[in-house]
Amino acid sequence: MTLLSINKLYKSFGGLGAVMNFNFHMEQHELVGLIGPNGAGKTTVFNLITGVYKPDQGEIIFQGQDLVGMSSYNICARGIARTFQNIRLFNELSVLDNVKIACHKDVPYSLLGALVRTPAFFKGEERIEQQALKYLEVFNLDIKRDELAKNLPYGEQRRLEISRALATRPKLLILDEPAAGMNPQETNQLMQMIEMIRQEFGLAILLIEHDMSLVMGVCERIYVLDYGQIIAEGLPQEIRNNKQVIEAYLGEELN
Amino acid sequence: MQTKKIKWTRFLLETALLVVLFSLVQYGISTRMLSQYYQINLTSMCINIILAVSLNLINGFTGQLSLGHAGFMAVGAYTAVIMTTKMDYPLLAGLVGAFLAASAAGFVIGVPTLRLKGDYLAIATLALGEIIRVTLQNIDYVNGPAGISGIPKLTTWAWLYGAVVLTILVVVNLINSSYGRAIISVREDEIAAELMGINTTKYKVMAFVIGAGFAGLAGALYGHYFYIIKPETFNFMKSFDILVMVVLGGLGSTTGAVIAAIFITVLTAALQPFPEIRMILYALILIIVMIYRPQGLMGNKELSRQTLGRIWGARR
Repeated sequence: MTLLSINKLYKSFGGLGAVMNFNFHMEQHELVGLIGPNGAGKTTVFNLITGVYKPDQGEIIFQGQDLVGMSSYNICARGIARTFQNIRLFNELSVLDNVKIACHKDVPYSLLGALVRTPAFFKGEERIEQQALKYLEVFNLDIKRDELAKNLPYGEQRRLEISRALATRPKLLILDEPAAGMNPQETNQLMQMIEMIRQEFGLAILLIEHDMSLVMGVCERIYVLDYGQIIAEGLPQEIRNNKQVIEAYLGEELN
Repeated sequence: MQTKKIKWTRFLLETALLVVLFSLVQYGISTRMLSQYYQINLTSMCINIILAVSLNLINGFTGQLSLGHAGFMAVGAYTAVIMTTKMDYPLLAGLVGAFLAASAAGFVIGVPTLRLKGDYLAIATLALGEIIRVTLQNIDYVNGPAGISGIPKLTTWAWLYGAVVLTILVVVNLINSSYGRAIISVREDEIAAELMGINTTKYKVMAFVIGAGFAGLAGALYGHYFYIIKPETFNFMKSFDILVMVVLGGLGSTTGAVIAAIFITVLTAALQPFPEIRMILYALILIIVMIYRPQGLMGNKELSRQTLGRIWGARR
């Protein structure tokens, strides 16, 4: 069943067409990669899907509903969560609170209940904490629950961002360069982790990545974007040998 | 069930502490051990605490720089005074009315202005605070610039104390809940918060409305203690005074706001005998504090049993 389909999406900034005639589809439980040279418009696509930008034209259908014009928090409530290329954690808050905030959309008690501290409040807080800890445990971050997010090492910050995104209980998880700045060993761990998340939480994953070994290793299908347009789509081995893709990345051969 | 028992014991202990503090001061007032001078300063202190704690909810926790707090105080003061002097309502009704009117003003002002960020929001709220003041100056029903005088002195220590406790309780309970975390996430990273499912506009407005409501409550208590209210009292300098307390205490620390409000009130009172150099000393002390504690007296930490426990642990 189709989870996400994007039809004829356009977005330009001033005169520059950042995304042009972008068509895309994704099945439930699929792991898809979006690659392309710097400035190809990959992050813009993510920002369009998650409602940070409004598209000039086109439709983004997620589970049968058009997301265009919806605010980001509504899109999150519909089941799309993401991480950021430049990590965006709540720096001054603890690791646990970072994940708890992501649980807020299903808060089990009312504002009044919080102000007068009803039993429902205490029960609800406990449930939120258990839930948040569950997502931290996935990445072995539960031992660091009380540390400030800004004090975590880089790799752990990336993992915290993913667990925060998972805590919104998405059906589609969007990862924007999850391996950026990681060494090969960390990247390897990340690959296994991505596969594990998909199995355990039963969700679809869409990722942008520059690290080819990661993309080729985990993605079932790959889209290649260049100058705002899809230039190729297919299985990893097809993409590897696609002439246009090689040109986009390495340039044309001179005659 | 052990933890539940501890929770109840703690609750009873804290309530007892609050009652003892209240009774001590009440005893001092009843037996005239606390002179009129001390009582006036005590009143200012309570009103300043309410103002600082409520503004800290907006500026410190939500991270939205608002400079219109005096405007909401004016709305509350005028609403309550009109209700008690012209309509013969009891003080309690006046206080509730003040809270609701100021909240409503906060909502009306908050919805359009909270789209703005940083400096722009500061200027917009500053301007709207001034609009409230100038509007009051031009309404004959409330005697324009002369203001309303001869207000019965209904604000007693019990009302002040109750209002302070209520303000702190509401802000602390709000902040330590999921709703409070949503409010803080707006300060930390608005875009990330929005993408994690937080309706950031809603929480900004919520904090603004609650903060404005308590400013209105403070205004109402003020009006019913100092006999007279006039628009000039609620000019933007008043807003700055409150902002100074919040920044001095530490943005995002309720304890800090309380301490700073007490500190500023005491400092103002202590400098009364030197009217010529009062403002110079006041400014100097603020500058010195900001040089040595740029994050404010408390930073964004709270004084709680945990922090006390940590300090105690470190000492041993």
